[in-house]
Amino acid sequence: MKKKIVAMICAAVMTAGLVACGSGEDAAATGSGTAASEDGEAASGEETASENGEEAASGDSTKISGSISMAGSTSMEKLANAVAESFMEKYPDVTVTAEFTGSSAGIEAVIAGSVDIGNSSRALKEEEKSAGVAENIVAIDGIAVVLDPANTVADLTKDQLISIYKGEIRNWNELGGSDTPIVVVGREAGSGTRGAFEELLEIEDQCVYASELDSTGAVIAKVASTPGAIGYASLDAIDDTVIAASLEGVEATSENIKAGNYFLSRPFVMGTMGEISEQSDAVKALFEYLASDEGKEVIKKVGLITVD
Amino acid sequence: MRLKVKEQDSFSIIGSRRTVSIVEKTAQGIFTLCGFLAILAVASITIYMLINGTPALFHVGIKEILFGTVWKPASAEPSFGILYVILTSIVGTTLAVFLGVPIGLLTAVFLAETAPKRLAAVVKPAVELLAGIPSVIYGLLGLMVLNPLMYKLELAIFKNSQTHQFTGGANLLSAVLVLAIMILPTVINISEAALRAVQPQIKSASLALGASHIQTIFKVIIPAARSGIITAIVLGVGRAIGEAMAITLVSGSSVNVPLPFNSVRFLTTAIVSEMGYAAGTHRQVLFTIGLVLFLFIMVINISLTKILKKEDKGQ
Repeated sequence: MKKKIVAMICAAVMTAGLVACGSGEDAAATGSGTAASEDGEAASGEETASENGEEAASGDSTKISGSISMAGSTSMEKLANAVAESFMEKYPDVTVTAEFTGSSAGIEAVIAGSVDIGNSSRALKEEEKSAGVAENIVAIDGIAVVLDPANTVADLTKDQLISIYKGEIRNWNELGGSDTPIVVVGREAGSGTRGAFEELLEIEDQCVYASELDSTGAVIAKVASTPGAIGYASLDAIDDTVIAASLEGVEATSENIKAGNYFLSRPFVMGTMGEISEQSDAVKALFEYLASDEGKEVIKKVGLITVD
Repeated sequence: MRLKVKEQDSFSIIGSRRTVSIVEKTAQGIFTLCGFLAILAVASITIYMLINGTPALFHVGIKEILFGTVWKPASAEPSFGILYVILTSIVGTTLAVFLGVPIGLLTAVFLAETAPKRLAAVVKPAVELLAGIPSVIYGLLGLMVLNPLMYKLELAIFKNSQTHQFTGGANLLSAVLVLAIMILPTVINISEAALRAVQPQIKSASLALGASHIQTIFKVIIPAARSGIITAIVLGVGRAIGEAMAITLVSGSSVNVPLPFNSVRFLTTAIVSEMGYAAGTHRQVLFTIGLVLFLFIMVINISLTKILKKEDKGQ
């Protein structure tokens, strides 16, 4: 009996030891964690200092405070959120809020003065410009039409593309290619790429998809492995396994998109009332940030083309 | 640890009355707690699904959702009909079970009855390995191997068709094949255990009466192991209807009538593929699809178990 009690105590002590050990480690971890974060802060302090060297005054990033409000395009949700997040990290005293109400509503809000920036995923209309909104293009969204590597049709017109996606053209031989049925691949409802593609071709809700896949990678993989397949994806996601068709004779390259020759692209506009120079310091800082290398990284990360 | 092992030698099962009652009570408490944890999980999931899944039914209308055939969730005038999706899940699961269960059952018979020991030693681990393969791997293999083969078949069958939409092999049939393979390990393992659990006297009696081995298997052993086999089928159905990852890659994911060569969307893949960007009513309807799937699995489990119990009583 005694022995048993001793054993139980032993076990208890061991468990307690384990627990204590665990918490001890925890404590140590938190301890070192704080230490690390302190180090991190110190390091980031240095970083900002060195980064701000170009802006002469190193205290700039902390001085600017205030808030920026955005409203507009749902397609720009990813970009706006990514920019807001990284911008607020750099300028902790600035709060960026973004709403996604649609391009036209965003520009209207800017004209009405209820927000600082109106996001629009299309070029501004003349009447919007004449109301005083400056068209600040921050990024370009380019969509490539991808074909399987064996496809001999390398160029499509806008009308051909529309007919293919509406299911009116069903075989590549109608377009001068080999006798292969067309397998129409696309993205799922709600995807930004699908929204942009259908909007640019004005075929919303008329597409007849054979495959609706839920990621860019899946579209590329499907097109690469299926003879006669056609799909669409962000330009930056294209790799060697597929060919990007040229449209109306224009190759899908970021140069052509920047030059405005490639029709499956749209500008992402952050409209402001009046020029950027007339805006608050916080808004100015945001546009400076977008033009900086750091900002360009963010734009590229969400799959867009930067404006140079 | 060593101390403890030695301790075992002089371990007394009587001990003092007090320690016994403490141990007993604590153990009982822990068991009860564990039991309630499971109930808590089921109850909270049920409540969560009901809370999230029902609003859309009233918003959009039960009839529009359950019996509508047009799925256009993101258009200007959205339409949320999931009839084809429901039918796809029913047809796909049924076909997969019709394909997978006979193969699985016969494999189980092979393993339990007819296989030479050496061969069984190869087949058995292979089946167990099959159970361990993650579903996404089934999907990838289906995408890379099965789909191109299926596309060749599709091209051959619909060579002169003007109306067929070519899917590149991502169709109902591919999904059914993948599902059938995926339910194999479940069906095999459980039915094999059931077959082995049949009392040897029954088999011996049958053989002694002059029945051949095959006759004994089909007339005596399988009927005797029926309850275990039905459990295997129920679990197989559950796995097939609940699977998402593998079939999302091979089924094409377009909402269509579930015909063998059509690109189709299952209840599970409907949720998976659109949850990422869905908002507002669209999101709510996805939860409703989840609720439908949940009810399906409940109904299948309960009704199959009922049938099974009834037949057991009948015996």
